[in-house]
Amino acid sequence: MSKVVKRANQPYTINLKSTGSRLKKNYIGWLFILIATAGICIFYFYPMVQALLLSFQSGMGANLEYVGLDNYVRLFKDPTFIAALRNTFIYLLIQVPLMIILALFLSVLLNNATLKFKGFFRTAIFLPCVTSLVAYAVLFKYLFGEKGLINQFLLNLSIISQPLNWLSDPLLAKITIIIAITWRWTGYNMIFYLSALQNIDKSMYEAAEIDGASSLQQFFYITVPMLKPIILFTSIISTIGTLQIFDEIMNITNGGPGNATLSISMYIYNLSFEYSPDFGYAATVSYVIVILVVLLSLIQFKVAGDKK
Amino acid sequence: MKKLKSVGIYTFLSIAALVSIFPFLWMVVSMTNKSVDVTKGRLLPGRHLIENLNVLFESVNMVTALVNSTIIALITTFLTLLIGSLAGYGFEIYRTPGKDKVFNILLLSMMIPFAAIMIPLYRIFGRLSSTVPFLGIDTLAAVILPTVITAFFIFLFRQNTKMFAKELVEAGRIDGLSELGIFFRIYVPTMKTTYAAAAIIAFMNSWNNYLWPLVVLQSPEKQTIPLLISNLGAGYTPNFGVIMTAIVIGTLPTAVVFFVMQKYFVEGMMGSVKG
Repeated sequence: MSKVVKRANQPYTINLKSTGSRLKKNYIGWLFILIATAGICIFYFYPMVQALLLSFQSGMGANLEYVGLDNYVRLFKDPTFIAALRNTFIYLLIQVPLMIILALFLSVLLNNATLKFKGFFRTAIFLPCVTSLVAYAVLFKYLFGEKGLINQFLLNLSIISQPLNWLSDPLLAKITIIIAITWRWTGYNMIFYLSALQNIDKSMYEAAEIDGASSLQQFFYITVPMLKPIILFTSIISTIGTLQIFDEIMNITNGGPGNATLSISMYIYNLSFEYSPDFGYAATVSYVIVILVVLLSLIQFKVAGDKK
Repeated sequence: MKKLKSVGIYTFLSIAALVSIFPFLWMVVSMTNKSVDVTKGRLLPGRHLIENLNVLFESVNMVTALVNSTIIALITTFLTLLIGSLAGYGFEIYRTPGKDKVFNILLLSMMIPFAAIMIPLYRIFGRLSSTVPFLGIDTLAAVILPTVITAFFIFLFRQNTKMFAKELVEAGRIDGLSELGIFFRIYVPTMKTTYAAAAIIAFMNSWNNYLWPLVVLQSPEKQTIPLLISNLGAGYTPNFGVIMTAIVIGTLPTAVVFFVMQKYFVEGMMGSVKG
């Protein structure tokens, strides 16, 4: 209909008409994004503001009153919070680089054109990603139990002479958590690298080969620089994920022994739902994660940007 | 030398593959064994599968949990796809500087850790409990609503809409379709691949979600599969054979989805990065 009108009328009218319909389309466009925008405001931004307000309040359950910055002062004197913060950083600093290097290494091996059983290796290594975090966490709890398969295996190979207390030794418990997360997520990251590797021009490697560059040099001077954007992406995703780690800790060690594996998210959960509920202080602790997520993402962007 | 290197590569990859697969083999084998045999580290299939299934379905709320998880995951997937694709389409097709600004603000929500909004969300639904009971704590609505609208899916659909032929929109207008008609009759059918990929991610996220259901669902007859597995695992006298059976059943849907739709699965993951 409007097409017919456009053809029949003067240019002047056409403009008027099309401006009108553009305005109308713009208005319809807003309707398309309305639910999503409203939803994100209600379920993300509004709670963020609420959490900020809560972080200045204290009290049990619903009896909250404003206490100014008391909660923030309390953070620095709270040994449990400091332990949770330290543990989370240990996971972050050891697990994320370990996993990314392993995933990079595996993807380079799998990208080899002459490799046989490529599909099998790729599927096998990706498989852990189909498990739910809770399911694999419970599985790992039993694998690493005192009489678990890991101890039996190590004993049979005479690597150890008596069972290791994977879950009740502070250091070993952290190692168990790190092994578990690495098992679950390495294949996930590997898939990203594999697909990025396929976009690298093969002739670059051929040229490097002619120039006499070793595989190691090719890896560091071609592969890594070409994959930089995707490495940045995956390390940000992993950092955000690790800062929020909850399911594994809750189901493998329940934060113990002592608070040796407690994460920040788990401490927030305990403060709100396990101990006598202190939502105000829990909200303060949760803002620490928010600040860390923003800061670490910015740092990673900065580091990756500078090297360009 | 070259041969040695390739032996090394195959050995390394085989170990990596074995380590990745072993827990799966172990849980499938353990599903058929008695609790005592599982703790003894028995790695051969046994004859107790039926017994384990009986315990799981009779003395534990497995059926209820399966039904709950399925209902929640299906509704969540449907709403996530509908709302996410409407928005992704809207941001790309009706692009204006104003909408781009809104889009960038929405993307910021991807940085918000769930732990930070969990307490306010819990209090919001807690307050609703007394006034609008069907929206309060321990309801289907409370467990679903906060998870269906995420910037990730809006982003994913917008990225993929960039590859959608915009001439089709014009063609639809000429044919006299309404703007919503164009979306449902032209866009949705052409974007099947994107929808399939998004559906897999949304379904898996919902099926595996743990923290929010743990906080908001309280009565035992409302619990989902991850809550059930977690409870079984935390018991003082765990029946390992039964727990393994529950884990296998809980993992089966996502594993099947993965094997049947592997192509879309990977595409969906990539869809969030390209462009």
